[in-house]
Amino acid sequence: MNTILSVENLSLAIGSEQLLKSISFKIKEGEIFALVGESGSGKSLTSLAIMRLLPESIRVSRGDVKLRGYSLFDMTELQMQKIRGKSIAMIFQEPMSALNPVMTVGEQVAEVIRLHLGLKKEAVREKVISLFEEVGIKEPAARYHWYPHQLSGGQKQRIMIAMALACEPDLLIADEPTTALDVTIQLQVLTLLKQIRAKRKLSILFITHDMGVVAHMADRIAVMKEGVLLETASRDTFFEHPEHLYTRQLLKDAIAMPPKEALLQKETILLEVKGLKVYFPVKKGLLQRTVGYVKAVDGVSFTIPRGKTLALVGESGSGKSTIGKAVLRLLDSCEGSILFGETDLAALGEASMKAYRNKIQVIFQDPYSALNPRMTVGEIIREGMVSLKIGPKEKKAQDIRIGELLEKVGLEKQYAGRYPHEFSGGQRQRIGIARALAVEPELIICDEPTSALDVTVRAQILSLLKKLQDDFAVSYLFITHDLSLIPAIADEVAVMKAGRLVEQGSVKEVLYQPKHPYTRALLHAVPTPPPVYKEEE
Amino acid sequence: MKLTLLWTDIMVWILVFALIGWGGVLSRSPQVKKQWHTVFKSPVAMASAIVLLFYLAFALLDSVHMRAVAEEGSANATSAEVHYQGEMVSLLDLLFMHRIKQTERTYSAPFATHEYAKSIVVDKNGVTRQEYLPLKYVTLPKVRSEMEDIVRYSFSAIILGFTIGLFMVLLHLWLKGKAPFHIKVRDVWQGKSTLPWRTAYLTFMFLLIVFVWLYMLSYHYHVLGTDKVGGDVFYQSLKSIRTGVLIGILTTLVMLPVSIVLGISAGFFGGWIDDIIQYIYTTLNSIPGVLLIAAAVLVMQVMMDTHPQWFETTLERSDLRLLFLILILGVTSWTGLCRLLRAETLKISQVEFVMAAKAFGVSRWKIIFRHIMPNLMHIILISVVLDFSGLVLAEAVLSYVGVGVDPTMYSWGNMINQARLEMAREPMVWWSLFSAFIFMFVLVLAANLLSDRVQHVLDPRNKS
Repeated sequence: MNTILSVENLSLAIGSEQLLKSISFKIKEGEIFALVGESGSGKSLTSLAIMRLLPESIRVSRGDVKLRGYSLFDMTELQMQKIRGKSIAMIFQEPMSALNPVMTVGEQVAEVIRLHLGLKKEAVREKVISLFEEVGIKEPAARYHWYPHQLSGGQKQRIMIAMALACEPDLLIADEPTTALDVTIQLQVLTLLKQIRAKRKLSILFITHDMGVVAHMADRIAVMKEGVLLETASRDTFFEHPEHLYTRQLLKDAIAMPPKEALLQKETILLEVKGLKVYFPVKKGLLQRTVGYVKAVDGVSFTIPRGKTLALVGESGSGKSTIGKAVLRLLDSCEGSILFGETDLAALGEASMKAYRNKIQVIFQDPYSALNPRMTVGEIIREGMVSLKIGPKEKKAQDIRIGELLEKVGLEKQYAGRYPHEFSGGQRQRIGIARALAVEPELIICDEPTSALDVTVRAQILSLLKKLQDDFAVSYLFITHDLSLIPAIADEVAVMKAGRLVEQGSVKEVLYQPKHPYTRALLHAVPTPPPVYKEEE
Repeated sequence: MKLTLLWTDIMVWILVFALIGWGGVLSRSPQVKKQWHTVFKSPVAMASAIVLLFYLAFALLDSVHMRAVAEEGSANATSAEVHYQGEMVSLLDLLFMHRIKQTERTYSAPFATHEYAKSIVVDKNGVTRQEYLPLKYVTLPKVRSEMEDIVRYSFSAIILGFTIGLFMVLLHLWLKGKAPFHIKVRDVWQGKSTLPWRTAYLTFMFLLIVFVWLYMLSYHYHVLGTDKVGGDVFYQSLKSIRTGVLIGILTTLVMLPVSIVLGISAGFFGGWIDDIIQYIYTTLNSIPGVLLIAAAVLVMQVMMDTHPQWFETTLERSDLRLLFLILILGVTSWTGLCRLLRAETLKISQVEFVMAAKAFGVSRWKIIFRHIMPNLMHIILISVVLDFSGLVLAEAVLSYVGVGVDPTMYSWGNMINQARLEMAREPMVWWSLFSAFIFMFVLVLAANLLSDRVQHVLDPRNKS
């Protein structure tokens, strides 16, 4: 097979700082080449360097990129413009921001074709419609006149793929094309990419951090860390005999852990939710009359035993997070009962709710927005203790407790005086956990606490959560869209779809003998790495 | 002498002390300290800040008013009552006493020894002639030429300015920091200090030398000429600083609380509170600002005319009009910032750290003060520095239109207004307009350069 693209000893630098250190790899015709690594490892920089779209401050200090034997760095900008889109096309992570919101999708694809192929009006239209058909858009002739906001995320990503394919490129660079999509949609897009590859003999440079996706897609795999290419291997050798220590760690963290052993002990119910309904009114007109309701959560019932974890699974928009907010009583409009021990939280006023605020706490998804950037870590952790009058009253004793909490979540005492921006995402998530622990909660609602983190950090946070559960017997309501996490953390699972629970039960029942077709579809869509790799003990 | 503070004097001094106190509080937070450090790392920002401080110093000097005791007649010498003169003077006036008292007859050009226009005189022989009359208060050169005189005066003035400047710079260097004196001097001289102190000192020396030069020469000449009634234009321009700076900073003082309180409540509480506040600022925004200001000023004028007993001096009268202008400018200009703050509050109150605080049962007021306000500070600061120059210019425009400050008050707007006719004269009288223009230009330019830098550093969107 011919080599389409070869990257030779590519090094990038900003000032005196080396960003990429002598990267070399080759992509052959019709091959899917996956570039794997955590955020900040230099994956996207590599792809930008291939497109010659690097920011001006970053310079290529050494090396070359050759497309079919011609050096891309020797070309003039004009020549390069013809290469972009025509020979190398790119699809991005966020289909929402990659499409122009004020142009119809058909026009956007047509523009690319006119620019590079110079076809006539009717021919362009036909070409666009045939492309839409190829990427699996229904009623392509009608969708031609649609605007991006009328399409769903998966359909937008299909449009992006159609746009990338428009000029029949030799190489497609896909930069985390499915990270923003739900699992079922992700599977559809991945399958589509594979089909197109088979049909067109297209080479794909696939950039991702998800080992499951890699196992599903790639022919050959390269692992990057801190600007260095650690190893390149074919898919089978990669998963069976990973050479580098870091690769082994990555695989170990990505592989679904065996389900937790069910402890045989008497369970006491901590939280019981009965018939919870959250309706958001839809208001219209001058007088803001209520014309209807959005049923975010529609009659949901579940229980959480003391010291156990209930995982709430579902795709985006299924109402998972709304349940979390309703249990925290951060929403006003809800019906049904939320029994915490004997008390119905849903019936309490704001003042009487304050007594229960410390019992139920929350950890958020985005570690960057969850901490006030203007407060020190110590102040952040202290706030709950002061507001809810938990723990010592004197400032000195509180400081000692803050230090203890920080150590408990695996940070250092002296971090209390620093500001959130000095910490990495994983460390911030630990601070968020310490903040929740400060008021000695009995139930912690974890709202996708690991979805913004890299795999290795994710594994660390999950094991921290498990350890804390063992130490303090807290219960978790673990909200997630990632089914691969569930065996590691949960005791029970509830699957949500469009505001209702479609299935619930123990992890073993739901994951290994799913009854509801939706659960089966979800499980089928999850790309998991082949469990061939076992760490040699 | 008795200290008599005008309303605006009191306000500006309160503001100055509040700012000093606020600075003290802020300097305790290392984050904020670092931000301001970054602002002043730019030499342009440093130089602009020095220029602004220079202007502020004149405004403050002009904001300490007092009344002299009237010279007592023989008749009521025994009475216990002390009588004060009808005129109030500020510290700046005391500095320029020589120029206030020595008014010429009419126009004269900068550094002129004779009047600008010919007058009809009848000489000893009874012949009527037209000639340029010599100025009353300018020392005519006797032996040397005028140029030689100017050079000689300038030389000594520049040396004096340089000496004072150098002394103050060295004093500051000596008091600042702990390093040995000669090392500090060397670092600053070679531009190695962390902040661009060299630029700051050079700007300071330059401004001081220019001022001392003009001031020393003002004893011998009218350095920027005289106006129609023979008043010294240099003195007028310096007096106008107070008007401009006060309108710039006091209006913000009036405007800030309104826009902060309303903006945050609209964004945070939402619902009908939000609706009402939005209706108010939409309505206010749709009325032309000049119209509203003109109407309010006219009402004020009528009220002041019907109650002349309210004011003991003309200065108090014009001061009240200035205060009123500041109030009305504040009322018309809070809407922009309010809208910005409402939008940002809406955004922040949905962010997860506010959710976390709610989950901790933190009260609404505490959430506003601890979580929302600190995250709005950059917007407030940026808009304050941006608005400052706009307000200084607005004063000029309003006074030109005739609805600004009192016509008897020294202000750049009034100077420009008078210059309208002077520019039409032949030969043209250009120095009034020129002085007002230069003084205003330097102030607005410095404010804009500083606000550019503040915006660049504080706006989180510029970080990357």
